[in-house]
Amino acid sequence: MFSLKTLRTGVLISLWFVFLTFPLMVIKVDPLERIIQWRWKNALLVGIGTFLIYLVVQYLNYRKEHQPPAKVEDTKDQVSFIHKFIADPIQRKLLFGGLLVIAAIFPFVVSTYQTNIMITALMYVVLGLGLNIVVGMAGLLDLGFVAFYAVGAYSYALLNHHFGLGFWEVLPIGGGLAAIAGILLGFPVLRLRGDYLAIVTLGFGEIIRLVLENWSEFSKGPSGISNISRPGFLGMELSLEGSILYMYYIMIAFMIFTIFVVNRLQDSRLGRAWIALREDEIACQAMGIDKQKTKLAAFSLGAFWAGLMGVIFAAKTTFINPASFTFLESAIILSIVVLGGMGSIVGVIIGALVLILLPEYLRALSEYRMLAFGAILVAMMIFRPQGMIATVRRTYRFQKK
Amino acid sequence: MSNPILQVSGLTMDFGGIRALNKLDLDVHAGEIVALIGPNGAGKTTFFNCVTGIYTPTAGDVLMTRPGDKKPISLKGLKPNYVTQKGLARTFQNIRLFSKMTVLENVMIGRHCRTKAFILGAVLRNASTRREEQQIAEMSYSLLEKVKLADLANELAENLSYGAQRRLEIARALATEPHLLLLDEPAAGMNPQETQALIELIREISSDGQAILLIEHDMKLVMALSDRIYVMDYGKKIAEGNPEQIRTNPEVIKAYLGEDVDA
Ligand SMILES: Nc1ncnc2c1ncn2[C@@H]1O[C@H](COP(=O)(O)OP(=O)(O)O)[C@@H](O)[C@H]1O
Ligand SMILES: [Mg+2]
Repeated sequence: MFSLKTLRTGVLISLWFVFLTFPLMVIKVDPLERIIQWRWKNALLVGIGTFLIYLVVQYLNYRKEHQPPAKVEDTKDQVSFIHKFIADPIQRKLLFGGLLVIAAIFPFVVSTYQTNIMITALMYVVLGLGLNIVVGMAGLLDLGFVAFYAVGAYSYALLNHHFGLGFWEVLPIGGGLAAIAGILLGFPVLRLRGDYLAIVTLGFGEIIRLVLENWSEFSKGPSGISNISRPGFLGMELSLEGSILYMYYIMIAFMIFTIFVVNRLQDSRLGRAWIALREDEIACQAMGIDKQKTKLAAFSLGAFWAGLMGVIFAAKTTFINPASFTFLESAIILSIVVLGGMGSIVGVIIGALVLILLPEYLRALSEYRMLAFGAILVAMMIFRPQGMIATVRRTYRFQKK
Repeated sequence: MSNPILQVSGLTMDFGGIRALNKLDLDVHAGEIVALIGPNGAGKTTFFNCVTGIYTPTAGDVLMTRPGDKKPISLKGLKPNYVTQKGLARTFQNIRLFSKMTVLENVMIGRHCRTKAFILGAVLRNASTRREEQQIAEMSYSLLEKVKLADLANELAENLSYGAQRRLEIARALATEPHLLLLDEPAAGMNPQETQALIELIREISSDGQAILLIEHDMKLVMALSDRIYVMDYGKKIAEGNPEQIRTNPEVIKAYLGEDVDA
């Protein structure tokens, strides 16, 4: 099963890993004693661990290659369990009803701290669904999504700070400004394709952050804006716990609204045009589809959602500064979309919950948290490149009258 | 006689140093079937690309007079989607279907430029949007019936046979309600039965009053269908006339049909 060659490669890979992790795992500087501890045992563990993982991967690959050829009905089996489950209307209603009840009572059975984490996770669900319109549905690789999030957040922070405008008033304004920013950026850059678009949007995201950091008169620079009002409930000021609870329900409502919208977009004339545009731009144009307009619609819709979430983010944390809007943020949102399963609503939701909640609960591993996070991402890319939930696009079903 | 639907004059297209089209003139009148033939590399597909806005021609003009219009409009330099909107639709020599969409959805895409629902319509799904969606689907389905693909409506386009894909391209182009239909080698890769069925299909489309301009290598099809034939070679028009005139034209035999005779 394992040839000598694979074993030798395994040993080499293990040694390479020992070498790579050497500064991290083996050398430990003790600043008090002013000595360096050499933890050779760790090197051994890394080596053996890597070798074992390598063998497991090799074994899995071997199994995959030597399986009897896939049966024809397998293509149907590839449809993920969840998609099959919710295809049935009764099961779907039951599932959604159950989830809704769980969501409604959730804050009463867990601590405020847990509720707070859940709010964050829900925000990423909505951000993921927003980016999914751009990346998953329209096929535009946008690496600067966080810029629109920042536009929303600063809209609320500044309008609240200078003019005392409230959360509900700024919510549509923040979304609208972000959408306008999306259109302004989209006009010049949407002619670009694939990698080029990715790089330009990435640059745009960084520009927005740098402007916020350096234009102190406008944005107060790196020190940020504090004392942003939380959303008021019917004009009342809420206690901290009350407002967290309120925020939680706002987010639940938002998520439902977003799912509703994205779902409808998927089954529309516009949604079809996005899919067609993803497949063949020239044929699309020859069929009379305005490429620019259709792409702009996707881009600005995504930006609109990012803007809304930005307003909510500012209201939730009551303090924002440019450090919250780095590229890492865009990367996390994109990972949610890609890992969850591009284009699949269920996938994006699960992706967001896993990606945001997992690190929270991996806190036990404290300093290795990011490492574990990275390892999970890499493992996903190897074993399930289509994402956790593989997309099945609902196609138009025609009933002849 | 009224203005021709399509009137191309002095059309020239340069790619770097290569002159792919050289001062080409061509007319298509209402109700006509016109063929454009010539050896491989003569510039026929380039001609289609210039007319439909995929390339912007170096020189010359492309005028279109829609039925009912008094004055022609210029299509030169318009983006492809506007050209289609004005009433000119095409198929591609190297089939360009949306392979991951169903057969029906492919045709529905063709309805895009004749329908309106946008973001708000999609989200609200109000009565007029629902009605529009229904009409898109029904019209698309009836076009599939016309090209005999209705049984395969829910199949993915990539699963169709070659001949069926060519017919689907025709249905998709017809869905844009063109005044003039441009077909780029519609019979390429078809077997004789499929070609025969295609000839009948093109006749049927033509008898609905549709003007057709087609590029084709299959001489049987060209001779059977065309009212007039243009022959080009090295980007230039070398002959023009009805099938009988073309068949006996010595220039044409030398440049084009001659190849077949020798072979
Ligand atoms: N995009 C392009 N760039 C450069 N040359 C091109 C391009 N498109 C077509 N050509 C050239 O134009 C000539 C005509 O090609 P084409 O129109 O495809 O011929 P046909 O369809 O008659 O077989 C060929 O010499 C081809 O190489
Ligand atoms: Mg050609």
